[in-house]
Amino acid sequence: MSSLLRLATAGSVDDGKSTLVGRLLYDTKSVLADQLDAVTRASVDKGLSTPDLSLLVDGLRSEREQGITIDVAYRYFATPRRSFVLADTPGHVQYTRNTVTGASTAQLAVLLVDARKGVIEQTRRHAAVLALLGVPHLVLAVNKIDLVDYDEATFAVIAEEFAEHAASLGYERGSVLAVPVSALEGDNVAEKSDKTPWYSGPTLLEHLETVPVAPDPHDSAFRFPVQYVIRPRTADHPDYRGYAGQIAAGTVRPGDEIVVLPQGLRSRVEGIDTADGPLSEAGAGTSVTLLLTDDLDISRGDLIAAADRQPTVTDEITATLCWLSAKALKPGARVLVKHGTRTVQALVGELHARFDEQTLSSVDDPATLELNDIGRVTLRLAEEIGVDDYGVSPRTGAFLVIDPKDGDTLAAGLVGERFA
Amino acid sequence: MTTLEPATDAAQDNLAALESEAIHIFREVAGEFDRPVILFSGGKDSTLLLHLAIKAFWPAPVPFPLLHVDTGHNLDEVIDFRDRVVEQHGLRLLVAKVQDWIDDGRLEERADGMRNPLQTTPLLDTIAENKFDAVFGGGRRDEERARAKERIFSLRNAFGQWEPRRQRPELWNLYNGRHRPGEQVRVFPLSNWTEADVWNYIAREKVELPSIYYAHRREVYQRDGMWLTEGPWGGPRPGEVVKELTVRYRTVGDGSCTGAIESTAATVDEVIAEVSASRLTERGATRADDRMSEAAMEDRKREGYF
Repeated sequence: MSSLLRLATAGSVDDGKSTLVGRLLYDTKSVLADQLDAVTRASVDKGLSTPDLSLLVDGLRSEREQGITIDVAYRYFATPRRSFVLADTPGHVQYTRNTVTGASTAQLAVLLVDARKGVIEQTRRHAAVLALLGVPHLVLAVNKIDLVDYDEATFAVIAEEFAEHAASLGYERGSVLAVPVSALEGDNVAEKSDKTPWYSGPTLLEHLETVPVAPDPHDSAFRFPVQYVIRPRTADHPDYRGYAGQIAAGTVRPGDEIVVLPQGLRSRVEGIDTADGPLSEAGAGTSVTLLLTDDLDISRGDLIAAADRQPTVTDEITATLCWLSAKALKPGARVLVKHGTRTVQALVGELHARFDEQTLSSVDDPATLELNDIGRVTLRLAEEIGVDDYGVSPRTGAFLVIDPKDGDTLAAGLVGERFA
Repeated sequence: MTTLEPATDAAQDNLAALESEAIHIFREVAGEFDRPVILFSGGKDSTLLLHLAIKAFWPAPVPFPLLHVDTGHNLDEVIDFRDRVVEQHGLRLLVAKVQDWIDDGRLEERADGMRNPLQTTPLLDTIAENKFDAVFGGGRRDEERARAKERIFSLRNAFGQWEPRRQRPELWNLYNGRHRPGEQVRVFPLSNWTEADVWNYIAREKVELPSIYYAHRREVYQRDGMWLTEGPWGGPRPGEVVKELTVRYRTVGDGSCTGAIESTAATVDEVIAEVSASRLTERGATRADDRMSEAAMEDRKREGYF
């Protein structure tokens, strides 16, 4: 089992996300005495009789003033079974933007709903975004269950409605779990509640500790974006030329035949180097330096890939964009595309469709993409790049769209026809 | 902030993943920026940062200089360590001395004598003077609530200021380092490390730290509940009684506001055991500057501090 789970939270304003995260930190004893003292003092100042656990996580001045979460924050907690990195995303206005930010690296997402309100538009929208990004596991935390008198029927209706929605997004039943919780009271978060005897499933924490997280599938094709060329030119290493990078997918061994894209040069891996010595094999996520048998002209931005299973080399990509900027996207716009370690100029071609997360249908030929819209577009690139479909290889199927004028990140891009 | 436990096999996998992520971040900056610099104080986080930078570019030398903003209130052991590390790895070290800014009137000594808050101006001036466009820091998100909100690539405006409402989304491992002239990017390769990870990695890699991190005999006096050592920051004041105790430091910073703790932990393993039993965070235990207000760290970051 993996020792580390990366998860994200999502949900709308006032459904108690910060309280739930505070509760997880508190119940896993990840809060130390001085932090709790500070929260207790601040709670007393606000006239509260018990510590407001949301103050553990809402760290910015304006967040505490307004009682809301403004930006994604990252939290760390651990139990004897597993370590967790939690992307705590706000539910406020810029929802898609924040959900995309928090979920791009998540292996599991916890969606919160208020038991009194049930599945609302934002729940459906968030689930659609999580499905788009390929987050493998969903948990629906039906929060404030104490405020509906721990009613089994209320929970069952919400859980069933969500399960159907998730299924329509492609989630199998086994990858979605609904848990009745009260973040405020601590019911079914880390401790099983005696007020929900009708619930036989795991607590939220127990599920997080035991959910199987599939590592990179062994059959993924090798992908290695070249980050930096290491050429010491020192007395000890006069002729050393290594290509440094982090393996995006698959595994590599000395002797493997590779191709360098977009040029199409072929060579073999002579060695896999690290500061701790050479490796006989390295897998996805590992930062290494590759030595090749031939002296080729390779630089930052090139993609080294398995010679027998190459990505598509193209200067025109069809992709789904999650538009994250208040500046609307129009056809004809000049943008930058950052894919792996290569940044290329691009021209926005046709806007094929805008996806409606609420009805799960698409609108053809929209005039623009606005903040939080998801749409399918064609991009024409100034240079060829090697890409994979996001669904097959997320690391080489993902890219950023950047504004060339001020450098702002405009969109998250996913190669392929995710929403046909 | 998680409690510290000795590293299991699973935790070793976790450390390997954190190391690969940090190395990736160093190489991205080397590939995309013109003039990066590593902030280096000789403390455990910046020593770890340097260790990872060396691994990222091996067998080539680290392609960045180091910058130390010296408050003038450092312990001798730390400065000796700093200079020895720089010498050993053939690095280039720039030192911006807060005292120089006080001497020529650009800064004024504070009434309380603390110099940590005075570091921002020399830092920003030195960044501007050298046209540094990427500045590495050892900040970790688990240290403090405001830091938990910070991106790994954190854009600062021409005044070095952080604007939490205008942060760029950070997606996958695709870091956006674009910036306009005069703007800079603060880069935090240790963002996802916890204090436990730092100490377990120091143990695994046998990273040398300044001797003050381990138990030793020292003459100290108590102020605001912290054990301070004698030094140029003034003290002991009348009424502050000097005692010889067995102590160690949990963080390294300005001597006027960084305290020692009573401890007999003399090895890395003993430190890990001690910190895992502690009910105080490292900053809560020994950093007076974070206690000044509810949002002390956020306010300093908005001014341009790390």
